[in-house]
Amino acid sequence: MTNSFADFAKAKMIFVIGSNMTEAHPVAASLLKMAVIGGAELIVVDPRRTSLVDLANLHVPIKVGSDVAFLNGVMNVLITEDLYDKKYVESCTMGFEELKKKVLEYPPERAAAISGVSAEMIRDVARRLAAVHPAMLMYTLGITEHICGVNNVMSCANLQMLLGNVGFECGGVNPLRGQNNVQGACDMGALPNVFPGYQRVDNPQAREKFAAAWKVEKLPEKPGIMIPQMIEGLLDGKVKAFYVFGENLANTEPDIRHVEHCLSSAEFLVCQDIFPTETTRFAHVILPAAAWSENDGTFSSSERRVNRVRTVSAPPGEARPNWWIFKEIAKRMGHEWEANSAQEIWDNEVSQYAPSMAGIKYARLEKNGLQWPVPSLEHEGTSFLHKEGCFTCGLGVLAPIDWIPPAEVPDADYPLVLSTGRRLYHYHTRTQTGRSQGLNELLGEETADISEADAEKYGIEHGEMIAVKSRRGRVVVKANVTRQVPEGLVWMAFHFREGCANWLTNPAYDPITQTAEYKACAVAIEKLA
Amino acid sequence: MKKAIFLLNGKETPYRPGQTLLEATQAIGFHIPTLCHLKETTPTGACRICLVEITGARSLMAACSTPVAEGMEVFTETERVHNTRKLNVELLLASGKHDCLICEASGDCRLQELAYYYGIKELKFSQDEKFYPTDDENPFIIRDFSRCIRCGRCIQACNELVVNRAISYGYRGKDSKVVTGGDGPYTDSECVFCGQCVEVCPVGALTEKKAKGRARAWETNKIRTTCPYCGVGCQQWLHVKDGKITKVTAVEDGEPNMGRLCVKGRFGYDFIYSEERLKTPLIRENGNLREASWDEALDLVAGKFKEIIAAHGPDAIAGVSCARSINEDSYQMQKLFRAVIGTNNIDHCART
Repeated sequence: MTNSFADFAKAKMIFVIGSNMTEAHPVAASLLKMAVIGGAELIVVDPRRTSLVDLANLHVPIKVGSDVAFLNGVMNVLITEDLYDKKYVESCTMGFEELKKKVLEYPPERAAAISGVSAEMIRDVARRLAAVHPAMLMYTLGITEHICGVNNVMSCANLQMLLGNVGFECGGVNPLRGQNNVQGACDMGALPNVFPGYQRVDNPQAREKFAAAWKVEKLPEKPGIMIPQMIEGLLDGKVKAFYVFGENLANTEPDIRHVEHCLSSAEFLVCQDIFPTETTRFAHVILPAAAWSENDGTFSSSERRVNRVRTVSAPPGEARPNWWIFKEIAKRMGHEWEANSAQEIWDNEVSQYAPSMAGIKYARLEKNGLQWPVPSLEHEGTSFLHKEGCFTCGLGVLAPIDWIPPAEVPDADYPLVLSTGRRLYHYHTRTQTGRSQGLNELLGEETADISEADAEKYGIEHGEMIAVKSRRGRVVVKANVTRQVPEGLVWMAFHFREGCANWLTNPAYDPITQTAEYKACAVAIEKLA
Repeated sequence: MKKAIFLLNGKETPYRPGQTLLEATQAIGFHIPTLCHLKETTPTGACRICLVEITGARSLMAACSTPVAEGMEVFTETERVHNTRKLNVELLLASGKHDCLICEASGDCRLQELAYYYGIKELKFSQDEKFYPTDDENPFIIRDFSRCIRCGRCIQACNELVVNRAISYGYRGKDSKVVTGGDGPYTDSECVFCGQCVEVCPVGALTEKKAKGRARAWETNKIRTTCPYCGVGCQQWLHVKDGKITKVTAVEDGEPNMGRLCVKGRFGYDFIYSEERLKTPLIRENGNLREASWDEALDLVAGKFKEIIAAHGPDAIAGVSCARSINEDSYQMQKLFRAVIGTNNIDHCART
């Protein structure tokens, strides 16, 4: 996030798109709702009538996958009605003319035809956003889990720059990150193209620096492959050994049947985890790991805050801290690593080599942690980025973006759209929440959420078992007839193996990020005899 | 500009216009006892424990809801104040079953503290005996109405701190009760089991089912940590007895949650104690997994990696790191892949 969670409670104008934060990030939602009951204006853009809508001034129920068209329509109004922040655009951004040319192709009427909301509503959104400065934009996976995920994100950035909202408290572009340490895993360089602190592997100086730090002659310069390519590589033999640490790919990736076929084809699969999972079934070696509260360390949250995690008890049996396991493998491959605790790893390596975290040491993290960039030991951290529109890269780039439809759209055989997400009482594949007493009592099975109109059309009662099928699979689940879901949409999660949405989802990916289109595929529903 | 001043027990004291008496005194570190007051929410003035004497005012005033005025003369420790506060505590003690010996909240109870502070030696008033039945038809929260003092902190927390708006006051007068919409159990309401009501309950009316009987407040020590669920990074206190977590509460002044948690953060901690935990390395042999020593398992992994690198090059190995584990684990794993194996084939679920 460019900004901080503290801003959620103070913002005056809030624009939420593709985020059901009351279920996926409940505490963030509470902060936001505090701002709303205190008088802030709230616009919720979501195909579903999520519970945040109860507090919204305006709910904009766009069709699944129409985000770019809708946002271009809003920007069209901002430009044609002269409502955008000219001074900001002139002094802080580049590419305005190209953006203008593109969004002029999206008058509200055209954007309305694609997104399924009225042209008047699109104009209303633009005028409301322009009336309060700054507005704060939040998004989650509703934006990113599309084949055009990168374009969706850039459209959000375009909108906020056009409004002059990036670089201010209570403004910015704010993706709510899903996992407790997904920000940190990125920051640490668990990505195929960057070292810790986002230093690129194709930069010779960065390679030289890390080679010296890690006492090796050279480091690989070619960026590596991403998860979907790794999984496919098991099938075509490009990947001979696959090391899966704490991921349950057999449930979380789209098209489970295919993913399991790939996993079962692995020549050598190592799983390192705290529980047996659907994925460890395919492992050749399983390494038992320490869990949360069983070792000291740090997590980095969505707001770039590095927080301490502390030990309560030792891991069970022979389970060991993960950092120790990696160190031991390195040792057996001829590399002696010095650091012998999480603190030594952070203080002596991470903060030495990642300039944005240079000022972060364990001694400074006793209480509230620090938000990077923290370039020096005296620096207090950064609560929002790009201050006053001074972008770290120079000028903010306004990029012309075209709308494209999802990879798979409804047709005669599969007439409905399936979109997926998370529910409040469980987390992902339930490896943790399914084993925490009480949560299964509050939510014990998957459902297919359908509209009242579709329930009537198919003659389905609330609570009845139905089949949902796509070109990839078929699941039998309970129908949850709800006003949250619009006609034509089926909504499911992937918390339960039985009825997991990923038996159905489409393995179509954003070409840049390789993020799968979990948010849109075509399905049919069947009443069971 | 002239500095805003009021008189606190005869002493000139600064304040910011708009502050309540409680806020102004807290700002200078002066203590006025409270019970129903809940930071960040609208004062209700329900409990009458923070009463103070103000020159010119006919009755005693609640510090939590009285704005400071210029030159106001405030006395916080007069005999009248002391006796009235004490009387109010005595009335609260008569309002329900406050039998500390068997109460889950003993040692972490504001009413117990106040009774002790005001030196109450005996129950002056006869106790109420008729109560609404307890609601514990859910896995997490016990609502014992016989211990409820109707301070309203749970209502303030639900409506103003977490804004889940599941509970409010119902009925009138001596029948008043904290109710869900329709006065049903939590399970049939808008309640999302964040447990904020339990966190702020100053007595034993709202307690955690999972923590019941596990530890007295004084038997635990608190360890601060970060929640293992979503990316908000809520700060938690783990209450620990004999090396085991007995319950989880929020760090009141911890960024970013400032005293809040959700259902998973508060109640989803005990997966670590599951019997299903992996406890030993396992190696597949003839199709089945068998137990192995660390040396055997690690030698096998390292040996196989070396073999594959020799035969197919380092790019034939790929790895996925964990977005739930600590930073230092991801750092080590990418270092293993880059510096030891020699490939950039390291990724994690950020994209999926």
